Amino acid sequence: MSTTSHEATDSDTPTVKMITGTIDGTDVTVPDGTMIIRAAELMGVEVPRFCDHPLLDPVAACRACLVEVEGMPKPQPSCAVPLGDGMKVQTQLTSEVADTAQKGVMEFLLINHPLDCPVCDKGGECPLQNQAMSVGRPESRFTGQKREFPKPINVSSEILLDRERCVSCARCTRFAEQIAGDPFIALLERGAQQQVGTGEEPFDSYFSGNTIQICPVGALTSEEYRFRSRPFDLVSVPTTCEHCASGCAMRTDYRHENVMRRQSGDDPEVNEEWNCDKGRFAFPYLQLERLATPLVREDGQLRRASWPEALRIAADGLNAARGRTSVLTGGRLTMEDAYAYARFARVALGTDDIDMRARAASDEEAAFLAGQVAGSCGPVYRDLEAAPTVLLAALEPEEESPIIYLRLRKAARSGTKVVALSPFASPGLEKMSGSLIECVPGDLAARLDDLDGDTVTALSQPGAVILVGERAATEPGSFAALTRLAERTGAEWAWVPRRAGERGAIDAGCLPGLLPGGRPLSDDSARQEIATLWGIDVNDLPTGPGRSLAATVSQLHADAAAAAQADSADEFSPDLAALLVAGVEPDDVPDADQFLTALDHAPFVVSLETRSSEVTARADVVLPVAVVTEKAGAFVTWEGRRRPFGTVMPQPTTFTDAVVLAMLSDYMDLETPPREVDDLRTELGNLGAWQGARVEPVEVAAGAAQKPESGEAVLASWRYLLDLGTMQEGEPHLAGTRKPAVVRISAATASANGISASDRVRVSTDNGAITLPVEVTEMADNVAWLPLNSPDSQVLVSLGALPGDTVRLERGDS
Amino acid sequence: MSGTKLTPVITAHWDDDKPWSIDSYRSHGGYSTLKKSLETDPDDVIATVKDSGLRGRGGAGFPTGMKWSFVPQNDGKPHYLVVNADESEPGACKDIPIMLANPHALIEGVIMACHAIRANHAFIYIRGEVPHPIRRVHQAVAEARAAGFVGENIFGTGFDLDIVVHGGAGAYICGEETALLDSLEGLRGQPRLKPPFPAVAGLYASPTVVNNVETIASVPYILRNGVEWYRGFGTDKSPGFKVWAVSGHVQRPGIYEAPLGITMRELLDYAGGIREGHEIKFWLPGGSSVPLLTADHLDTPLTYEDMVEAGSMLGTGTPMVFDETTSVVKAITRWLEFYKHESCGKCTPCREGTYWITGTLEKFQGGFAEEREVDELVELCNQIMGRSFCALGDAAATPYPGALKYFRDEFTAALTQRPDEVFDPSATMVIPSPTGVAG
Repeated sequence: MSTTSHEATDSDTPTVKMITGTIDGTDVTVPDGTMIIRAAELMGVEVPRFCDHPLLDPVAACRACLVEVEGMPKPQPSCAVPLGDGMKVQTQLTSEVADTAQKGVMEFLLINHPLDCPVCDKGGECPLQNQAMSVGRPESRFTGQKREFPKPINVSSEILLDRERCVSCARCTRFAEQIAGDPFIALLERGAQQQVGTGEEPFDSYFSGNTIQICPVGALTSEEYRFRSRPFDLVSVPTTCEHCASGCAMRTDYRHENVMRRQSGDDPEVNEEWNCDKGRFAFPYLQLERLATPLVREDGQLRRASWPEALRIAADGLNAARGRTSVLTGGRLTMEDAYAYARFARVALGTDDIDMRARAASDEEAAFLAGQVAGSCGPVYRDLEAAPTVLLAALEPEEESPIIYLRLRKAARSGTKVVALSPFASPGLEKMSGSLIECVPGDLAARLDDLDGDTVTALSQPGAVILVGERAATEPGSFAALTRLAERTGAEWAWVPRRAGERGAIDAGCLPGLLPGGRPLSDDSARQEIATLWGIDVNDLPTGPGRSLAATVSQLHADAAAAAQADSADEFSPDLAALLVAGVEPDDVPDADQFLTALDHAPFVVSLETRSSEVTARADVVLPVAVVTEKAGAFVTWEGRRRPFGTVMPQPTTFTDAVVLAMLSDYMDLETPPREVDDLRTELGNLGAWQGARVEPVEVAAGAAQKPESGEAVLASWRYLLDLGTMQEGEPHLAGTRKPAVVRISAATASANGISASDRVRVSTDNGAITLPVEVTEMADNVAWLPLNSPDSQVLVSLGALPGDTVRLERGDS
Repeated sequence: MSGTKLTPVITAHWDDDKPWSIDSYRSHGGYSTLKKSLETDPDDVIATVKDSGLRGRGGAGFPTGMKWSFVPQNDGKPHYLVVNADESEPGACKDIPIMLANPHALIEGVIMACHAIRANHAFIYIRGEVPHPIRRVHQAVAEARAAGFVGENIFGTGFDLDIVVHGGAGAYICGEETALLDSLEGLRGQPRLKPPFPAVAGLYASPTVVNNVETIASVPYILRNGVEWYRGFGTDKSPGFKVWAVSGHVQRPGIYEAPLGITMRELLDYAGGIREGHEIKFWLPGGSSVPLLTADHLDTPLTYEDMVEAGSMLGTGTPMVFDETTSVVKAITRWLEFYKHESCGKCTPCREGTYWITGTLEKFQGGFAEEREVDELVELCNQIMGRSFCALGDAAATPYPGALKYFRDEFTAALTQRPDEVFDPSATMVIPSPTGVAG
């Protein structure tokens, strides 16, 4: 991120050559290169089409869009012929030739298409059905035998293919090849036997679901949605994806009180028309094991309780612990809910102990996020597309922010160079035609500091971008090195978190020492501004800086140790007397066991959750809150772009976190803070960006990778997009498309440890071991990579180690 | 008997002992002027070919020199010559005999053409079902290489050339030049969207000329003997000689090399006329993809222009002749079955149209078609013609309307009586059947 503005000046704007042609007798002026079909759309003339898709290269295969062009002997495919200056085009509206040609093609398309519309998922929203109504004949002249295929077949565990319905438009195969870069489906055979099929591998692309959405017939369906609903029975609501910080526009379709499916929304600035399979298919969790009522602990057991009873117990407990409470908000809150926590912590609880990072984190990172990320605006998707070079540090876009991957792949297809600092060139990097600068975990800061001259030169080109992922938190000194590199090259940069709520929580002030809008808690005028806004005396604001999640856990353990030492319970007063926890998954915290025992030690725990978890199991009061479909709010993308969304299905009995915190405030005899999403958003919006001094960076010396001994390796790891994340539960077909867990090591490392390509490898620490098949990879020596949270490979839980740590490596039992 | 003489050029020495050997070819002047050609300015070579009026022999008849001149120069990209030897048109059998009997005319033509278009790499894409010519052309390339005509720094001119012989995998569509290029690149053979045309972005996205075997094999003779000599054959708009492959119900089916402008009657005479005791019913000038003609057209000159005027096309110049024993309904059905089988599936009109038309024609064969279908088939053909992605669809839409024009009665008769009952299948066989009917 830089302070330079994004407003393009006239000289920056490339001049677009405009041309004027005539369609159906009307002049139309469009940018040079605009296809006739697009120009016609601009005039409100809809030419039928199947293979045409504005984001795919034209193929002109279906021939449904034929129009007459003056001077050309044959009708022309309007999807593949650009409108020329002075060109005279006649569509079906004014040309008999075009009309006859289109009708002929439509008649042909239907002869082999089964008449199973009444049982087809696409029925009611089917381009073939719709265009058959507008262009087709009332009755078919075809009396022959239709082509038959066994139906349907699985092309992956999630995607089903009905080849009888397929009209060979090749949208799916072109999407797989051109957009996703996963050409696992292709057209096979020829003539009427032409069909979509797979090779040896199934269609396990993270983006496979898009093919269903762009299929103009019902040939592609999902196991999840198949036969479950009719489009006209669904209520559709525009939403924002809650799965990552890419911020996809989505459409959520529900019937009665159940989400039936989710589709990609159309937002040219963000996800264009695509989304990933996690965003599309991972929603059954919304309805799994929901908490129906508040719970309170009685005689060591949780029991159901009324809202007033639970709120009373929670309010009393928190009031008693005022100034000694820590707030852990997870990374999944909406910006508005996060803001409510930021305020509740400081006003109601009198604490600055607040951390939204339920993951490996560092104080250096916190200072960086507070000082440079909070409230800022940096490069956006469009800038990635225009960048000459994009450097990726501690970020694997295909796995960790898939829409960044799609945009970078699109950019790479038109010349953007992608360079990644990583232990190996991942499949995602290869699909972006990227190049690798080998970087062993622990070395990131040093690598950023001593990039080769070519890379520095490339990053010095105007428009170059550096993207740094949240994994940089485990790389000492990397943020300072990033800042130095950005200064040295003038490159813009952005920090890319994985979770949808992290960026909004930073803007809202859910970090120790950080008030909303990037205001330092230590700054007098910032304190005054916030105190006035929140209607409190500035001296009642905590001074901070408070505890991070890690410091909170340490403190709880220290308190417990001190309590054990104390002579009597009366004599002992813990430094931390209560915890307020929202949506933290223990398995995401670097040491889950330590985290959970800290919860056990905590004298009083209030948990705001949507479903039962290991946290609620340890809470004294559990207050159920709304899931994303039951509330309005906004997520903030990695760009800093707000993505507001409305309620999909209002539930009379669930409340947002903000409403629950407001009710708690009432019970704590405090003034009620704003609770409605609109009010919270307005308040945060009115606050505006902070122009004063920022939180100072925490200086940390550049780290260096561990030097493993013989039989050891440096651990490298990140999450696969599809893994054991709890928000993917309840959708086994999606789980079936996960990448298999493997251990990646170099050939030299393999042979040094007596491991052959067909072996399994055992990676272990004193905490435990993971044994997986080996995948010998061209990569740094003495490094072992394995997925962080996949079946049979839960690094944090099983090894208790973080990337950069040393692990033991040996041949596993076959 | 005939006014037009046979003019064997490419076929002149096919009665030699091993005419395909480099020695045989050289003994008749082959390669004798190659060095001179390579020393000539490439643009002059292109100009010569342009002036000769040589037109593509693959069917479309595009002027060859003009095609060569479309290749951009000094564009920094490699250029390629691709020889389309995927001869698969029903009834066409001229390129395969040329490759079998005179492969060195092709090789020498390739060298000259590559020099002209500044290509250092040529590919000869031969139909996969015919291993003999593949082997023979391989051998010819090896001989030419051994003789120093192919390889690095040929004749010390600094010109390098490598020739790769590639066997196809059995798809008619790969005779379509862009599908051929895809196939050559290792992709599934389907036609490409044009533009860009191969001359701009062809093989491996580089400027590429795709020429037919006979076209390229004509080039050495033109360069050796000159424009005037070449223009001495044929007509003004269709100059030169042509390898005519006459097949069907004639006494002596085979290859006859004669100038363009010869008539079918003359070619029939050379071929010994129609089978004894039979009379001509219809004929096609160049493969199944051109409309059929009748005895009324026997005196029309076989030129590109005259054939179009007569309602057909010269096509590959491989006339198929059918006598009165032939059921038009059956012949058309066979061809449509071929196009249905060979449709690549890419575009709707060809994929679905051939499926539908073939199904209907099979009903005619079975005698259970409906009357409305006689004209409906024409409509279906019109729904393909000019609407398909490539010329295969047009080709598939050609036979039926052409046949209906002259033989409507036969189709309406087939509504009530199976063609087999009217036309004895054994009578139309050229090879004597066990019952010994035909001859």
